[in-house]
Amino acid sequence: MQLNINGKTVEADAAPDTPLLWVLRDTLGMTGTKFGCGMAQCGACTVHVNGTPARSCVTPVSALAGKKITTIEGLSANGDHPLQKAWVAEGVPQCGYCQSGQIMTAAALLKKTPKPTRKQIVDAMAGNICRCGTYNQIVRAIERAATAKA
Amino acid sequence: MKKPITTLALSRRQFLLGSGGLAIGVAFGLPALTASRKAQAQAAGLAPNQWVSIATDGTVTILSPAAEMGQGTMTAMPLCLAEDLDADWSKVRVVQSGHNPKLFGNKLFNGIMATGASRTTRGYYELLRLAGAQTRLILVNAAAEKWGVPSAEVTTENGVAMHKASNRSMGYGEIAGFATVPATLPAVTPAMLRKPADFKLIGRNVARIDLADKTRGAARYGIDMRLDGMLHGAVLRPPVQKDKVASVDDSGAKAVKGFIKTVPLPWGVGVLADSTWAARKARDALKVTWANEAPAKNYDSAAVGRDYVAAAADLDLSKAGVEVEKHGSAPQNIKSAARVLKADFIAEHTAHMCLEPMNATARFADDKLEIWSPTQSPSIATFASAAVLKIPPANITVHNTLLGGGFGRRVDADFTLDAALLARAADGKPVKVTWTREDDVRNDKFRPLVGQHLEVGLDANNNIVGWHHRFAGESIYARANPGAFKAAGGKDAPFHEGAEFLYDIKDHLIEFARQERGIDVGFWRAVGGGYAKHAVETMIDEVAALAKADPVEFRLRLLAKHPRAQAVIREVAQMADWNRKRPAGRALGIAYSDMWETHIAEVVEVSLNRKTGAITVHKVWAAFDTGVAVLPQNCVTQVEGGIVYGLSGALKEQVTFKGGVPQQSNFHDYPVLRMNEVPPIEVKILVTDNPPGGVGECGLPPVAPAIANAVAKLTGKRLRHLPFNPARVKAALTA
Ligand code: FES
Ligand code: FES
Repeated sequence: MQLNINGKTVEADAAPDTPLLWVLRDTLGMTGTKFGCGMAQCGACTVHVNGTPARSCVTPVSALAGKKITTIEGLSANGDHPLQKAWVAEGVPQCGYCQSGQIMTAAALLKKTPKPTRKQIVDAMAGNICRCGTYNQIVRAIERAATAKA
Repeated sequence: MKKPITTLALSRRQFLLGSGGLAIGVAFGLPALTASRKAQAQAAGLAPNQWVSIATDGTVTILSPAAEMGQGTMTAMPLCLAEDLDADWSKVRVVQSGHNPKLFGNKLFNGIMATGASRTTRGYYELLRLAGAQTRLILVNAAAEKWGVPSAEVTTENGVAMHKASNRSMGYGEIAGFATVPATLPAVTPAMLRKPADFKLIGRNVARIDLADKTRGAARYGIDMRLDGMLHGAVLRPPVQKDKVASVDDSGAKAVKGFIKTVPLPWGVGVLADSTWAARKARDALKVTWANEAPAKNYDSAAVGRDYVAAAADLDLSKAGVEVEKHGSAPQNIKSAARVLKADFIAEHTAHMCLEPMNATARFADDKLEIWSPTQSPSIATFASAAVLKIPPANITVHNTLLGGGFGRRVDADFTLDAALLARAADGKPVKVTWTREDDVRNDKFRPLVGQHLEVGLDANNNIVGWHHRFAGESIYARANPGAFKAAGGKDAPFHEGAEFLYDIKDHLIEFARQERGIDVGFWRAVGGGYAKHAVETMIDEVAALAKADPVEFRLRLLAKHPRAQAVIREVAQMADWNRKRPAGRALGIAYSDMWETHIAEVVEVSLNRKTGAITVHKVWAAFDTGVAVLPQNCVTQVEGGIVYGLSGALKEQVTFKGGVPQQSNFHDYPVLRMNEVPPIEVKILVTDNPPGGVGECGLPPVAPAIANAVAKLTGKRLRHLPFNPARVKAALTA
């Protein structure tokens, strides 16, 4: 089937019930989107579908015809989205495994709410687990990016 | 501070996919140490030892020996070498070393390559600095000879050698173009190393080299391995660990599109397929009958917990277990004490929940095995694979990929063995095995279920005259490191670590009563510290309360001979404004830990919903002294991460068993702390010139006792059963 990923139309040969996550990772070799739980619990697999954060681990590819998918690889041209820069400036990543999903969730938040309060940040990010415990650094990085954008 | 141009530019290739990346991986991996590689390196520059090579363009390549699991070791260890080499950090490239214990082993692990137990910086710090200093001397001597001046007149700065008197200078790259490694390497001693006051890199908060890639989805973890022609594997393990297969019906699996074959394994049944998803579907379609012979088939954690507490509390000498440590005569003193405090503690099993589920990739051809594994120990992966495949370790190459969290789980080789055995059945094709989260939880090497008993004798003035601490539980080392277990006469170092302390208590006895119920237990972040300090630090508070002493003052008195310990306690008390009265319903609790050569004290502010039993932690303060901190800000976030892991463990996490079957399987029934549950955490580092301690685990041990101590202040009730989930707290309140 055809998918629109990061602005490009790609052909993916996969069973229709296959979650987008595995089509991205196995079929298309886009491994920036991570597998953490497979049941919409951790947020590691977060991508944007038509600009809204979605859990690719529970989204079958059959549901995505004609929709615009954005992955971490397509968030910015050179890894220079304000959030990506803020993440480096705040030294957020530890193991880093959750961070693709964290950044994708945060990017959707800032698009909708460019100047989020701390509470809005925490509410939006509560679905993304970081087992290394970088939560407070993530909050700071989002606040930094929100200010930088202004 | 300039940023290194490198980032992971080179090191990432080690993990890269496809043929180009592989070629580089090989060049900088194991064969890096062969004669031909040395000769090659020589032609292109200078390679004075296994750790570093200097190219004629000035690029300094430094090998990093430890697994990068988030702790920043890939920046920190090379930085130590660069410090005494006086290298230009912007020209440094970092490469993950290959698996060669002779060259890269950690002295604190008897020379094998393993990352854990907070031993990397402690094990390599001086060694890498000496390697840097020696390399610098070789460069200096070569420059001096070229210029015809005494070596003593040559100085270095930031990758350049200088002779000030004649105003000449040469970059390291230029020197590398003509210098040769002398037959006898110049002698270096610790006394020759740079003094902390003169550090240019260590302690200067150099940015970690792995940050940018980790924000772009470009960092490659084990789970991201892709190789030409790679197959995918999944493994079905028995519901009760160590059960055996009675029969397999794989007709359902065969019907799955992409299924390739079924592979019997010693610990279950594997399938090979052409994608992760197909492998999983095929695995789930297997119908396996189990023999029902698992040793743990009757294992109910609630009942076992009670048994373990009883075993710990049973002082009958014949069941006393192994003496772990003995100072003075605690039991006798307790017998004749004016007053005795007794307490029983339970800690439930916990799971690691590394966000990257267990996985590994392997290729087996011509009796040779190549492995790509997110392992904490390529050495253990090698020995275990050699034993299972019955091939010599020399036939095995392990590439250590990045780890999406480790926390002790990835010391074990079980997931690597899945890939090794499935690869053997794959006709030379590489195989990646990816566990589901459910596989990962149910087949964790859990933190042990632990029973503890403490008896403390007091004299008439409430001075402690005897401290007797007993542990009961399944042994970690008996399974994971039987050699060390035997050599230590049945002591289980990681299991009961944290029971020793610096408190001035002369009569101290620690015992371990090993229990055997057939459950595999392993190393969970901070291991023994996660529960031993819960017992120790709450008891210290209890004695303080009895003596009507302030918990801060009481600890300071017992630590009079340890100024570093006192300093962190004083600091954290000040940060938390310890003596300020809190609003009604709020209280502070404190705890201290001396583990891994790091001193840390933490204070928490809590409140309690007495109706539900839910504890809220409003704020955490921590002060720590780990000696020299290579990357101070990174140390701070490591400690904060340890605190978050500790809060999660103390408040929520448990794996329970019924009939030998773990009852949890994913984040919905094994919740871990989320952002909306994390309080503000204030961490302060006190830098001293002491040798570096460990920081990956030290944040964790004080968390649970600090919370329990705060709750005791609020309610008078002692929380002695981990985790402190609402049901349990409620039970404690009405007890
Ligand atoms: S993998 Fe999709 S939410 Fe966890
Ligand atoms: S950085 Fe490791 S899980 Fe978030």
